[in-house]
Amino acid sequence: MTVTLFIPCFVDALFPRAGISMVEVLERLGHKVICPEEIACCGQPPFNSGYWDEARTIAAPIVEKLHDAEVVVIGSGSCGAMIKKFYLELFAGTRHEAMAKQLSERTWEFSEFLVRKLGVTDLGAKFPHKITYHDGCHGLRELNIKLSPRALLGKVAGLELVEMKEDVCCGFGGTFAAKFPMISTAMGEVKIGNAVETGAEYIVSGDSSCLMHIQGLLSRQGKPLKTIHLAEVLNQR
Amino acid sequence: MSTFVSDFKERAAEKTGDLRLRQFIRTALRGYEVSRDKRKGAFQSWESARQAAAETKWEAINHLDTHLESLVAKLEARGTKVHWASNAQQAREIILKIVTDKKARSIIKSKAMTSEEIHLNHALEEKGFTVIESDLGEFIVQLRHEAPYHIVFPSMHLTRDEIRDLFQKELGDAPSNSPEDLTMVARRVMRQKYIQADIGFTGGNFAIAETGMISITENEGNARLTAALPKTMITLMGIEKVLPRFSDLALFLPMLATAGAGQPMTCYNTMYSGPRQAGEADGPEEWHVVLLDNRRTELLADAEQRDSLSCIRCGACLNVCPIFRNVGGHTYGTTYSGPVGSVITPHLRGLQDWKHLSNASSLCGACTEACPVKIDLHHHLLQNRRNASASQPSFFERLAYKLFGIVANEPRFWWLAKKIGWLTQPLQHAIKSSALDPAKAWTKTRDLPPQPRESFKDWWRNRK
Repeated sequence: MTVTLFIPCFVDALFPRAGISMVEVLERLGHKVICPEEIACCGQPPFNSGYWDEARTIAAPIVEKLHDAEVVVIGSGSCGAMIKKFYLELFAGTRHEAMAKQLSERTWEFSEFLVRKLGVTDLGAKFPHKITYHDGCHGLRELNIKLSPRALLGKVAGLELVEMKEDVCCGFGGTFAAKFPMISTAMGEVKIGNAVETGAEYIVSGDSSCLMHIQGLLSRQGKPLKTIHLAEVLNQR
Repeated sequence: MSTFVSDFKERAAEKTGDLRLRQFIRTALRGYEVSRDKRKGAFQSWESARQAAAETKWEAINHLDTHLESLVAKLEARGTKVHWASNAQQAREIILKIVTDKKARSIIKSKAMTSEEIHLNHALEEKGFTVIESDLGEFIVQLRHEAPYHIVFPSMHLTRDEIRDLFQKELGDAPSNSPEDLTMVARRVMRQKYIQADIGFTGGNFAIAETGMISITENEGNARLTAALPKTMITLMGIEKVLPRFSDLALFLPMLATAGAGQPMTCYNTMYSGPRQAGEADGPEEWHVVLLDNRRTELLADAEQRDSLSCIRCGACLNVCPIFRNVGGHTYGTTYSGPVGSVITPHLRGLQDWKHLSNASSLCGACTEACPVKIDLHHHLLQNRRNASASQPSFFERLAYKLFGIVANEPRFWWLAKKIGWLTQPLQHAIKSSALDPAKAWTKTRDLPPQPRESFKDWWRNRK
């Protein structure tokens, strides 16, 4: 299968290891990976701030470029939700409507693609650590992703998954983190408190943006917990 | 910046800094979640119940005109006087006229968020009437001259010790901090007030179009006494509280109890169908029902967000909301706080003044998941943001997104932006969290991730 990999902007600039791991995992499974260089961002920041015209300026070329890709895989539940769900609203009644629908149907979040489309859970990965998993809210509630990451982690040799007591948001929320930093930080503190309670060494997530927020707080507070993207865990040999 | 948003931010900063209160609220709401989940398990299918409730409310709201006509005709047939209030001022005037005509002096109230919405207590007290809240939580916040903290648990932010001290100060009696003792103190004060009161004032949880009844849900029996003892009863409720059929209560009463408080059923559910009838021994001689619009019809006209009129004011969305949990109910500065308040307040009180509540959300969707009538809450927050930006865009924000669009759409610009980011990292590090730092909002409490020299796309290009 030819997999078009959509690399979100912050993965490209800040967390390239997550993207590289996705490429390597998919290639090891025998798929051809292509990665269109002209795509930088899904357009979610302006969309979530209410600037839909500006969001369409970014999203329209993406819809045009990708709508006939065999499959599009994206390593983020948040950007995945943007493409799979919110593009339909963003382009409703425009000339891109049909293309957006086609793209939505062909787009997969990374863990969902492996488990539900390819039917693979065991990637032969080894990660001998105690971890806890953070569900990004967009992935969890817009795309109903809950089981796939756990199915994949369940097959990683040496890995012990301890769930957190609460299923709460990490407080990132895109521009929310900068517009209301006091609330965002308070939410993040609750999240890392839950994670520390599990006794895990790593917080794993399918969303680098959440991890960026969690890691930012952990580092500032001098906590030894580390964060890592699911794809990187699955790529550990 | 409008004063509404700066006040909100100021209060949010203060409340998020109160770690004790945050932990206290969180523990209380964790307890709620445990009992709620247990009660949800008693439904054959909670999800089907939500779907049925959503459809019933949708039907009720889409035929609000005929349901209201039926409700009013049935109420009037049994001697109830029905009043229509287009806005808060009219509602206040109607109620003030009734209490003045009755030459009333003292009014006892059971819990009604609509009365908060129209600022009724203030209006009554200004005219010299004595108003007593009979719901224990409302009674406590009334003694503190505060608005309710939560639409269902008005005094949940107070510890037993704080309530004991308050009773000692205001009522001169508080033997201990035990809930039983404190309740007995309140009860002794209130029993006298029931007997003295000329008017009993209530809200309403559901209005049944089919039978012309108003259903009131409560745990303390205070609404029953409020309705039973005084000679005149006044009920104020929003027009959206209509349910088509009596049998709908079979779903909505346990649902309200489960979603609202994690109870199987609320202790007292009473359906009122009229004032005292000939041959009856008790009940008020007169019953006035005031039906309040106050811009609900404007929400009804909004096809996208009409479902927010389905709200049964259970508070489930507040209880699960990480924003509410961390900033608390008073921070919002609105009658209805939490997610549903953030959705409807811009419609009820003006989009530009209240749009910040829609921005003050990570859009996590926990509210939508919890809502028993399936209001699409967090997507409505997005729509409010869109509507606010479309009607009054921020010059700088729009400019920033236009520039971002140009950079994102041109690979060379995007490459350059990353390089500049990487090159200026040491400088950023040097001014981190200072007044000079453009990323101060982030770096004041959080570190920025180190940007590697090689981006993913650099790696991809080199690899090829």
